[in-house]
Amino acid sequence: MIVKLLSGDMPRSKLLSAILLAILICLAFAPFIFPGVRSLDTAARICVFILLVASYDLMLGYGGIVSFAHTMFFGMGAYGVALACTYMERGFGALIVGAGAGALLAAVVAFLIGLFSLRVRAIFFAMITLAVASAVAVLVSQLSGLTGGEDGLNYKIPRELTPAFKFGSEFLGVKLNGKLLNYYVVFFGAFLLFLLLLRIVNSPFGRVLQAIRENDFRAEAVGYRVINYRTAATCISAAVAALAGALYAIWLRYVGPDTALSFEIMVDILLMVVIGGMGTMYGAVIGAVLFVVAQNYLQELMSVASAAVEGIPLLPDLLSADRWLLWLGLLFVLSVYFFPSGVVGRLRQGK
Amino acid sequence: MSDPILKLEGVYTDIAQYHILQGVDLEVPRGAVTMLLGRNGVGKTTTLRTIMGHWRAKAGRVLLDGQDIAALPTPAIARLGVGFVPENMGIFSDLTVEENMVLAAVSGPIDPARLEWIFSAFPPLKTFWKGHAGNLSGGQKQMLSIARAMVEERRLYLIDEPTKGLAPAIISTMARALRELKQQGASILLVEQNFSVAKALGDRCAVMDDGRVVWSGDMAELAHDAGLQERLMGLSMEAHQ
Repeated sequence: MIVKLLSGDMPRSKLLSAILLAILICLAFAPFIFPGVRSLDTAARICVFILLVASYDLMLGYGGIVSFAHTMFFGMGAYGVALACTYMERGFGALIVGAGAGALLAAVVAFLIGLFSLRVRAIFFAMITLAVASAVAVLVSQLSGLTGGEDGLNYKIPRELTPAFKFGSEFLGVKLNGKLLNYYVVFFGAFLLFLLLLRIVNSPFGRVLQAIRENDFRAEAVGYRVINYRTAATCISAAVAALAGALYAIWLRYVGPDTALSFEIMVDILLMVVIGGMGTMYGAVIGAVLFVVAQNYLQELMSVASAAVEGIPLLPDLLSADRWLLWLGLLFVLSVYFFPSGVVGRLRQGK
Repeated sequence: MSDPILKLEGVYTDIAQYHILQGVDLEVPRGAVTMLLGRNGVGKTTTLRTIMGHWRAKAGRVLLDGQDIAALPTPAIARLGVGFVPENMGIFSDLTVEENMVLAAVSGPIDPARLEWIFSAFPPLKTFWKGHAGNLSGGQKQMLSIARAMVEERRLYLIDEPTKGLAPAIISTMARALRELKQQGASILLVEQNFSVAKALGDRCAVMDDGRVVWSGDMAELAHDAGLQERLMGLSMEAHQ
């Protein structure tokens, strides 16, 4: 059953299996294990980023395609939901239409970019995606009448997914309200789409992609049109990224350029893929968890550490919470140095 | 020679500014092994790659069963039934042996009887069936490379130096497998530097020099004429096996 669910792609390391299981349990029961608004928000972000990073891994890790437009696809899903919720009648219909339209648009744009630029060398494709993503970000910012510009959009999602909706008093000390339902929409949405991605990379299609990544000349000589497979991978990846964006928009009830389109998110995705381990899917889980948790809690950890070493020269300054980005950067440099094949790659090697 | 499976007519191929093939005329008969011989750098590999469409012929025709395939993309040529075993093996090392084989069977599931035959020819592939191809030894990788071409019945096999750099025991395994393939009536164009293998397998032979085919005829004729070998290739092959 589990083997089938994971499409036969087992973690292949006891420690990795244990870590993944722990993450799954923590995320599945996050509202009960980690009560509190902030921790639930972190859990939801982790779910969204796992999906987003996994979709990027399909393209980079399995297809060997370097793209800088992934945040743009993410943003298309997020803005799809935001615009549908803003301009349509409040309800689940708006969410479905918004998410569907966002995913479709992302797939079409990915198809067009792929059609015109996947034939060229990898570096040019990367540059073209960067140019298109920058143009779209500017466009969203300029079309303020429609998109809210730099301020973004606040909108109403179905009442059943908001804290105002209550369907019971309390369970294990957790209020049974729409926020809880909203979390589970995000969790199950991300979980199911992750399993779908796992199915795709372990299908014959995924194997051809891996073959192309390794030796595209040879894959052609066996009989596979590289351009077709690369374009299909880009489209699937873009559509799933858009759906991740849609889940994020449902969770946040706000969409703006900073949360859904910024280049910083693109860099974060790249780091998460590399830290977790490219071409493994499970690397997306590890990378996203490590990154989002560090992003959210490193500052606090440092202020505690800074207070603890007060009185010692230099150290409190070095550990000051304001310098958290420095330490985050250092952590990444070290993790790439010690885990060149990512955490998952290292765990699978059994070292 | 009547009705060859493959015919090259005046094929010219450039790689960057270099004129590698300069009017190759070649016929590969049906159901026989044709050896493509010649010194290093005369264009043997480029000829195979041009047939596969990796390099585009600047001029000339490449006829597979009478159909000009010179302008077709490589995957289309492969799907017409041309199995190619490149010089550098080109296996997919991140995939398992099984996945490599399944990918190579482009027209459908692998025929179990054919797979058994491949296993009998290359037993290590059965042993490491579920293992990563990257973990195979050099000889085993070459076996996989040839097995991938053999996984389906092809109209034509293009095989580039299958015994290059291999231990003698593995070379004899290769030669045996290729002989079995030949006995099944396969049409093969084989580039081979190992003369004893070439002599044992070849029915026909074409010798290249300077981007052209300078002699073609029966393998036996070349094998027994040291003077001809010396004249065509600047060496006696017996002395170089």
